[in-house]
Amino acid sequence: MIYGLGLLAFSYIAGQLFGDFLGELIGVQANVGGVGFAMLLLVLLHNYCKKKNWVKGSFDEGISFWSQLYIPVIVAMSASQNAVLAFKNGFLPLIAGVGIVALGFILVPVVSKIK
Amino acid sequence: MDVLGFFEKNGMVTGFLVIAVIMLLAEQISVRILHKKIPGSAIAIVMGLFLAYWGGMQTGGEKGIADIPFFGGFKLVGGSMFRDFCIVSTALGVSFPVILEAGKAGIISLAMGLAVTFVFGVIIGLGFGYRDAESLATIGAGTLTFIVGPVTGSALGASSDVIALSVATGVVKAIGVTIFTPLIAKKIHLDNPHSAMVFGGLMGTTSGVAAGLAATDQKLVPYGALTATFYTGLGCLLCPSVFYLVLKMFF
Repeated sequence: MIYGLGLLAFSYIAGQLFGDFLGELIGVQANVGGVGFAMLLLVLLHNYCKKKNWVKGSFDEGISFWSQLYIPVIVAMSASQNAVLAFKNGFLPLIAGVGIVALGFILVPVVSKIK
Repeated sequence: MDVLGFFEKNGMVTGFLVIAVIMLLAEQISVRILHKKIPGSAIAIVMGLFLAYWGGMQTGGEKGIADIPFFGGFKLVGGSMFRDFCIVSTALGVSFPVILEAGKAGIISLAMGLAVTFVFGVIIGLGFGYRDAESLATIGAGTLTFIVGPVTGSALGASSDVIALSVATGVVKAIGVTIFTPLIAKKIHLDNPHSAMVFGGLMGTTSGVAAGLAATDQKLVPYGALTATFYTGLGCLLCPSVFYLVLKMFF
């Protein structure tokens, strides 16, 4: 279990570091795609570990525990947002959220024609 | 004995307990009152936003409910480290052979879904008077999913209220997809794995797509989830980088 968690932690740190580095490189003073790079790294490293037969026992549980925790963490995150200010602009989420769902529905049959 | 002090000291664990109670309540509301028409996760997130609103009204702070000492653990559990760590862990279900299997339509729908959605969100943001690239990118990202919004927002240093807007937008989208998909599925020919994959790529909000497809035809769920799985990750990669840099050229 701890090896899976360790792999996840390594991917996270390496990805975030690379994201920070990339951000500094292109001068945006921000982490550029750190989460995305960490995800790519985790997938690549996990495939490699599988090939080497290192994924044994509860290895994956150290990672899947966290993926199951992500909705609760998002709940905690939304509960600690500055919602008072956000609700003053209450119509933006409604218009953007409902609008994009409608647009998505329109696009589904169009893109589905591509085989 | 200082009871409040005790809970403050064990903030993270108290946070876990409170979130578990919220999730349980949300799930019960979803199952018993709404008959699963809205997924428990979406209700829990909306409850979280209401709690954040309540907390903000009580304290006048910027951290929602986390500014109330008892709920202080939310700062850590709902902070960027926990959040990003959890998101990275969800990548485990993804493998490169699967990307190839998803095929041309899946990739095109993903690319279109990401770009069109981002642009749409930016246009709405412009309509509401936002003019800086950071806020617009965060709102555009929030229109993708309620995860991409805050990831982009905190990476770019957007204000907390814009990040909350982006989360709210993503939640509205997830709820909208969940409710409207079974109602409109026939009209948009969403009745086969091919269109389900396109649907997943265009909508991208995993909880909304999975719940919406489950209510339409359970067999379609894995196909929609297949492309939707990539959406949030790609969004987290593209929004604070490529999309933001393109925006920066205009604003």
